[in-house]
Amino acid sequence: MTARQTPLYEAHVRYGGRIVEFGGWLLPVQYAGILEEHKAVREKAGLFDVSHMGEVLVKGPDSLSFLQKLVTNDVARLAANQVQYTPMCYPDGGTVDDLLIYKRGNGEYFLVINAANIEKDWAWMQANSTGFQVELSNLSAATAELALQGPLAEAILSKLTDVDLQQLAYYWFLPEATVAGRPVMISRTGYTGEDGFEIYSRPEDAAYLWTAIMQAGEPYGLLPAGLGCRDTLRFEAALPLYGHELARDITPVEAGIGKFIAFGKGEFTGRAALAEQKQNKPQRRLAGLVVNGHGIARAGYPVMFQGQRIGTVTTGSYAPTLNKNIGLALIEAAYAGIGQQLAVEIRGKNVAAEVIGKPFYRRP
Amino acid sequence: MNIPKELKYSRDHEWVKIEGTRATIGITDFAQSQLGDVVFVELPAVGDEVAAGSGLAVIESVKAVSDIYAPLAGKVVETNELLADAPETVNQDAYGTGWIAVLEISDLPQPDALLDSEAYERLVGEGGQ
Repeated sequence: MTARQTPLYEAHVRYGGRIVEFGGWLLPVQYAGILEEHKAVREKAGLFDVSHMGEVLVKGPDSLSFLQKLVTNDVARLAANQVQYTPMCYPDGGTVDDLLIYKRGNGEYFLVINAANIEKDWAWMQANSTGFQVELSNLSAATAELALQGPLAEAILSKLTDVDLQQLAYYWFLPEATVAGRPVMISRTGYTGEDGFEIYSRPEDAAYLWTAIMQAGEPYGLLPAGLGCRDTLRFEAALPLYGHELARDITPVEAGIGKFIAFGKGEFTGRAALAEQKQNKPQRRLAGLVVNGHGIARAGYPVMFQGQRIGTVTTGSYAPTLNKNIGLALIEAAYAGIGQQLAVEIRGKNVAAEVIGKPFYRRP
Repeated sequence: MNIPKELKYSRDHEWVKIEGTRATIGITDFAQSQLGDVVFVELPAVGDEVAAGSGLAVIESVKAVSDIYAPLAGKVVETNELLADAPETVNQDAYGTGWIAVLEISDLPQPDALLDSEAYERLVGEGGQ
């Protein structure tokens, strides 16, 4: 399969992006440098191309009942123009994907899914829609998405739109707005641990919007930001990443995001398995680690206790805001208490580590 | 791309400065730019004997772990302890204060084992592979 370009590919090259292949897409891993972009998002703002993300529109009289069965969170709690985060599980509790649900109105929901999971999710949703009066549309190719993230995001975006962004609360959206004169949907959501916005547009408007936002943001210190800092930012905020903290064989209960499972809403796929796991306490838990010795924990490295392997690092990195080497690791629950002394095996050596609280970073 | 004339280069993007029986080793400007922000350097121990082409050090950038190979055989006689506290020196001054280790050469490299600056420039021009 040849890697696909987003509508912003040429803009990335023009802005000096170093292009890599990611989940079948050609995207910039960095421009100026991961650390500089990371800092810009924490202190000022960064602009990301997230057009590779998938989008599915769910329409029809049974939309709500279909989604209530499909995902673990309680979709009935959503008001129009509100956004919800939710896992989507298999009957055994393993995770199909994690997604955002935008309620556009009664009988109309817009789902944002992970790029690498688009085909799998689409097949899963189709197969599970039997018996429901719903119409599913895969809008992934017809939707571009920019993410403007950071404490100055509101000030920058306000220069380009007539809507009052101050009135837009966290996890709410504006279905019809304009940015630099182009029709967009704006949500106050994000994946960096900062305040920020996701801007959905037609693919043909994406490059124009990118340039307009970059120009408006220049006096504020806005930088174009790549996949590299997107990962270090979300990691410091301890937000789970599919394929790392969530997977076919990792449940949301194990990943510590049980608050997005609404056991009270009635039947949904995975309910029995997840309820049992919650009640009996999961055997594995996602823990935060700080590496106290010399070295950086990386995904896949063994986590050890007194010479025994008790788990695996799911994400590990230098954390730029904290200036520490930290990790998220799926480990036996008995060792997941804060303060527990452990080790991470780094290139054959056991390096001292300690369980610490999550998230590693919380916005001031 | 900065490729000093007076140095020798490996195909793995290390540079070598040979002075008498000693060789100072680091990574090239091209290598540091490809790695991105360096955040950790695992140095060899003084006294380690290394074979040509074997692992000498490990450099970690924010996203990746990279092995640094010994361009020639020798015994490690000095390591750059500055990198423990300031690994970013590799990015800032790859050919100077960002050096990694000094070897006492035990076997001089084969005549074609190391590249001169022009040959290395051609390698980088072809994408560095």
